[in-house]
Amino acid sequence: MGLKTFKGGVHPYDGKELSKEKPIKELKPQGELVYPLSQHIGAPATPVVSVGDTVLRGQKIADAGGFVSAPIFSAVSGTVKAIEPRRVAVGDMVNSIIIESDGKFLETGFEACNDYTSLSSDEIIKKIQDAGIVGMGGAGFPTHVKLTPNNPEKIEYIIANCAECEPYLTSDYRSMIEEPEKLIEGMKIILQLFPNAKGLLGIEDNKSDVIESLTRLTKHEKRIEVVPLMTKYPQGGERQLIYACTGRSINSKMLPADAGCIVDNVATINAIYTAIVEGKPVMDRIFTLTGDAVMEPRNYRICIGMTCKDIVEQAGGFVREPKKLISGGPMMGFAIFSLDIPTTKTSGALLCFSQDEVSKFETTACINCGRCVEACPEKLVPSRLSKFTEYGDKESFEAWYGLECIECGSCSFACPARKPLAQSIKTMKKQILADKRKKK
Amino acid sequence: MSDLLHVSSSPHVRAKDDTSRIMLYVIIALLPTSLFGIFNFGPRALLLILVCIFTCVISEFLFEKITKRKVTVKDLSAVVTGLLLALNLPHTLPIWQAVVGSVFAIVVVKMLFGGLGQNFMNPALGGRVFMLVSFAATMTNFEFDGVASATPLAMIKSGESVNTLDLLIGRTGGTIGETSTLFVLIGAIILILLGVIDLTIPGAYIVSFVVFLVLFSGHGFDSNYIVAQLCGGGLMLGAFFMATDYVTSPITPMGKVLFGICLGVLTGLYRIFGNSAEGVSYAIIFSNLLVPLIEKITIPRAFGIVRQKKTKEVKANE
Repeated sequence: MGLKTFKGGVHPYDGKELSKEKPIKELKPQGELVYPLSQHIGAPATPVVSVGDTVLRGQKIADAGGFVSAPIFSAVSGTVKAIEPRRVAVGDMVNSIIIESDGKFLETGFEACNDYTSLSSDEIIKKIQDAGIVGMGGAGFPTHVKLTPNNPEKIEYIIANCAECEPYLTSDYRSMIEEPEKLIEGMKIILQLFPNAKGLLGIEDNKSDVIESLTRLTKHEKRIEVVPLMTKYPQGGERQLIYACTGRSINSKMLPADAGCIVDNVATINAIYTAIVEGKPVMDRIFTLTGDAVMEPRNYRICIGMTCKDIVEQAGGFVREPKKLISGGPMMGFAIFSLDIPTTKTSGALLCFSQDEVSKFETTACINCGRCVEACPEKLVPSRLSKFTEYGDKESFEAWYGLECIECGSCSFACPARKPLAQSIKTMKKQILADKRKKK
Repeated sequence: MSDLLHVSSSPHVRAKDDTSRIMLYVIIALLPTSLFGIFNFGPRALLLILVCIFTCVISEFLFEKITKRKVTVKDLSAVVTGLLLALNLPHTLPIWQAVVGSVFAIVVVKMLFGGLGQNFMNPALGGRVFMLVSFAATMTNFEFDGVASATPLAMIKSGESVNTLDLLIGRTGGTIGETSTLFVLIGAIILILLGVIDLTIPGAYIVSFVVFLVLFSGHGFDSNYIVAQLCGGGLMLGAFFMATDYVTSPITPMGKVLFGICLGVLTGLYRIFGNSAEGVSYAIIFSNLLVPLIEKITIPRAFGIVRQKKTKEVKANE
């Protein structure tokens, strides 16, 4: 009792024990790496290399396409093989730079910084921007934009999203176990930008060992506090996390900064540490490969740009024939139909299952049971919203606050009639938002 | 590796409860009071229960076969309807009347409106009210221990007093499933523990009913009278098992409260100012009709929405 949380939410089987015990293992890519130019929110990056160029590990291969955008770096040394559209996890074809690794991993020089406290805010932001850091929890919002709100002095809380509420994922957990200093130092770097802010580390209580170790490690950090949270999905949803940690509520039309908060996830904060202290851009990330179909479920340090196929092969391949592959977690991840999908800055996991749990379910009639209402962390009425989608009733959909949906999937999870509620709400939301953009 | 991978929209995992499992939970929760009813009223009660369940399931099956729809009897909802209907009948009722009532409940109240999830009125109660009107004499012919006896409610209506302990245990006249407050409550606790219902609707119902009694019954705070009103008729069974019927109750949290209050007030009105001693069935089916209106005025405000809205262009999500 006494743990902080939000109202609503669900308790899916968490499956984390498959991969949580083993230490992170390094994976070296072979063959080609694929870098989609759009792996963040905002304008696509523009290539600064041409086919045939040789590149080094850490070399910039595409520049930011605007302020809300981020540059992309090669994680290997090799040759630019092609610049062509490739299929990404969500199913779209995205223009990508393809690099053939030479297997040598020759690096460009990195400029380490021994004392970040001597850096000015502008210098820190510049370094973060130049390192291509984006929200690595999945959204991919450029971090330098997030860290430059209108009134930096009004920011009261920097919240580290250490909830990792998606089942099966353990990459944040492993990095908090193995390299907690990165998280803490990264947080201190962010706090340096916001003189009035306090750093909160929001951690679900299923990671009690991390809560304990981080509490110990931050004992002398006056500005950092560990906030144990109830284990519940979607505890790591931005609005839910802000509410749990600070009691403040925001809606879809507001930014966390409007509530005096900035939220960054563990991988993003680690990337800030790496960029500022080691001077390295975003090239690698921790990646959970798990599920009953893979040889060795565990966390790997991968080079961004590796294809899922390469990762699975390097990690020992399959032990069972996979029926379902999911890029990301089981609640919000994307089912993919081929392993020929590149990893990006925002790819945190690949789940490989020999059974597809949802395919055996049959949709039946809605019995109005209200479980979707109880599950919804946004206090919506998903069953009604899904009906409005069926009828094409955009007006009612908005009147019942359909646009507030955070697409967490809790309603579909809870539905005893196995209705694809989240799917239909997402569809309608897209249509309405597209209409609104047209009108502008 | 096979090229045939399954793709579907997220989420890729689901909770274990499906519709038929929830219906099974309701049946399990109804068992204590059903078994007590059989013990109280004898094998004829069992016969009526079986007839109602069988008729309900068969009518749904045949209706779906004849209209060439997907047969849905395995979702167990027809079993629940049959069982609930039987529990709302006096054990002396002629079998053929029970059959007619069951067919009406399923075919007219449920299937003609589109089947499970579409009916606006609780099928079991719709069936019961239809029978109350059609077979008034046999539907109100209550016997206990072989002798004709009034229900406790009818007794207090005519000014007699009743033994409170008998009321709680259920050793009184009444319909098969309504007499024992104790066993209905055991069932209710099962429903709550299994997560099928919560206390919102029954709580609002009972509280508002008691308030109504205190204000308008003329008995004030007479606790014997209030206990007799709560436990002497169909109120407990109705509050926990029929008012909470998902399909015919509001889905909005505030709507549930309002719905409970409507039920309490209407039940009080019917019982105190009406002709009949009982009023739960009418109160529930009348409130069922109000559900769309109740939902319309109780659309929950979404998380983070405040009256004065702020707007911003860029949206950042982690």
